Amino acid sequence: MIDIRFAIGLFFTITGGLLAFYGLTTMSRAELYHKSLDINVNIWAGCLMGVFGLLMMGLTRRGREGK
Amino acid sequence: MKDSFDLAWVDYAVIFSYFAFVLGIGWVLRRHMKDAEAFLEAGRSMSSWVAGIAFISTSLGALEIMGMIGCGAKYGMLTYHFYWIGAIPAMVFLGVFMMPFYYGSKARSVPEYLKLRYDEKTRGLNAILFSIMTILMSGISMYAIAILAEQLLGWNFYVALVLSAAVVLSYTYLGGLSSAIHNEVLQFFVVIAGLLPLVVLTMKEAGGWKGLKVHLAPIVSTLPGKAYASDTWVTTWRHTDQAAANPMGIEWYGIILGLGFVLSFGYWCTDFLVIQRALAAKSSLAARNTPLIAAIPKMLIPLLIVPGVAAMWLMHTPSAGFSIMENGRPNYDLTIIMLMKHYLPSGLLGLGLTALLASFMSGMAGNISAFNTVWTYDIYQAYIRPITNKSQAPANYLRVARLATVFGVTASIGTACIAAQFRNVTDFMQTIFSMVNAPLFAVIFLGMFWKRATGHGAFTGLLSGLSVAILHHGLTEPAGSSTLFKGGWIHVTRVYPVELAQNFWSAVFACLTSATVAVCVSLVTQRQKPDQELVGVVYQLTPKDQLEDVVWYQRPATLALIVMAMVTTLSVLFW
Repeated sequence: MIDIRFAIGLFFTITGGLLAFYGLTTMSRAELYHKSLDINVNIWAGCLMGVFGLLMMGLTRRGREGK
Repeated sequence: MKDSFDLAWVDYAVIFSYFAFVLGIGWVLRRHMKDAEAFLEAGRSMSSWVAGIAFISTSLGALEIMGMIGCGAKYGMLTYHFYWIGAIPAMVFLGVFMMPFYYGSKARSVPEYLKLRYDEKTRGLNAILFSIMTILMSGISMYAIAILAEQLLGWNFYVALVLSAAVVLSYTYLGGLSSAIHNEVLQFFVVIAGLLPLVVLTMKEAGGWKGLKVHLAPIVSTLPGKAYASDTWVTTWRHTDQAAANPMGIEWYGIILGLGFVLSFGYWCTDFLVIQRALAAKSSLAARNTPLIAAIPKMLIPLLIVPGVAAMWLMHTPSAGFSIMENGRPNYDLTIIMLMKHYLPSGLLGLGLTALLASFMSGMAGNISAFNTVWTYDIYQAYIRPITNKSQAPANYLRVARLATVFGVTASIGTACIAAQFRNVTDFMQTIFSMVNAPLFAVIFLGMFWKRATGHGAFTGLLSGLSVAILHHGLTEPAGSSTLFKGGWIHVTRVYPVELAQNFWSAVFACLTSATVAVCVSLVTQRQKPDQELVGVVYQLTPKDQLEDVVWYQRPATLALIVMAMVTTLSVLFW
């Protein structure tokens, strides 16, 4: 079949990376983050999603070795 | 709400990468679709946690996300009753008591269970009603997705409609139920990731939960027209001694009976849409654990309602510049969208929109995959062309199932167009579903736990329950109703404070009537099925699951106790 953990992991890693990258390139644009209470939420969310994604992919690998 | 979002390239990139994954999952799974069993039942191969997440994800569709955040603003934390007294006990009951018979009877659908337990006419009635409901529901999801794309992204309504239909059709056509289930798991995580930033940001602005309580107190106690106790929006049970003391307009016994019992058990224990996910599990034990494992994230989902509660504060604080007004009246369905607009910058905004799109599509795909199963097994195989040549059957039924998928999506487009013409239809359909489900629960419950119940009893029970619900709808209406869709089309004998209360009591009466009629008719009619045909189908005739070899944390009873202890703790904490 398919290991959905891997698909989820990959999606979160890619999307997280994308958000973090966008967050880094827009660091100087204070007006963009005015609505999110002056926090660069893209960097935060991007990093957290990336970590979650890598974790899920790690689980997939452990699952395979377990078998 | 005409002002659309300004999306940056990154928002589109997030949305498109999600679509690529959704289609990719269908593409990878297409090779496994060798027969109707793989296509419609996912080959009964899922682990509990995959089935469990799909189980809650499929009911986290179009109307639920917008509805639940909107309810957070409208009713405050009373919305939690939908989860803690509503869904959770019903899911526990399903896993511990009912699932052994659904799974053990080898039924491939709820209508087929009715055929195994009762007779052909009961199955036929349920299969037809269910097919119509799923098409209507997926059509509503499709309508919601298209209207969202039209208003927020400035797309053409019909282009958005056809595009969303094409995406859902592709991945359900390619990978069947497996594809729908795997996508639902992905979608679940995307919805959480998309909505969690709103929770963090609203909490930060309000100064935490304590801060929000302080902000809400003066607003709630001085609401124009109707004032409540100052902590009404941040408590669950405290103000339910009288219907008038809380914005839901229902007393505690109405909540327990209507929401906690009839509506929730009617939905979670009988709706094939969710049951199908548990039936796809790889063993009877995994199937029983599916709703129990699902209950744990389900009880934490109300966390996502907090931004809705905060919206109540924002909309009454002029300096916040937050409004959900449309044509001079608050439109609570807009709450989630306006919160995203208010808080999320480009980047996270794309993720938030992806979460909404994901939930709409899973609502659609869930209904389509339930529809094609009932159509293939309970209508086509049962009435149109029963098995004549066993060797050709699997390939033949796979083709039928795929055609049913195409038909289901096409018919949903039709429903979506009707919904676009008559906007009230959406609420009306929701009312209809509770009318169909409540009597069904009574009949299935009796069937599982009372071997004397007969086919004639079940059939008349279903019909009379449905008639009573329709009659009740015709005789009552919610306060301020201006359309016959809301009820009172015969004669108004009672006015309920809110529509929810009307639905509750409709369901209560329908369930009670259905049970009474089913018992009475069963007692005066003959049983047609001998005991040996009902092994695995009825409680008294089925050997108990042997669970001695199972580790304690995988036993349904242990899981059920853990879940109930958690939900009780949460209820007490937020009393």
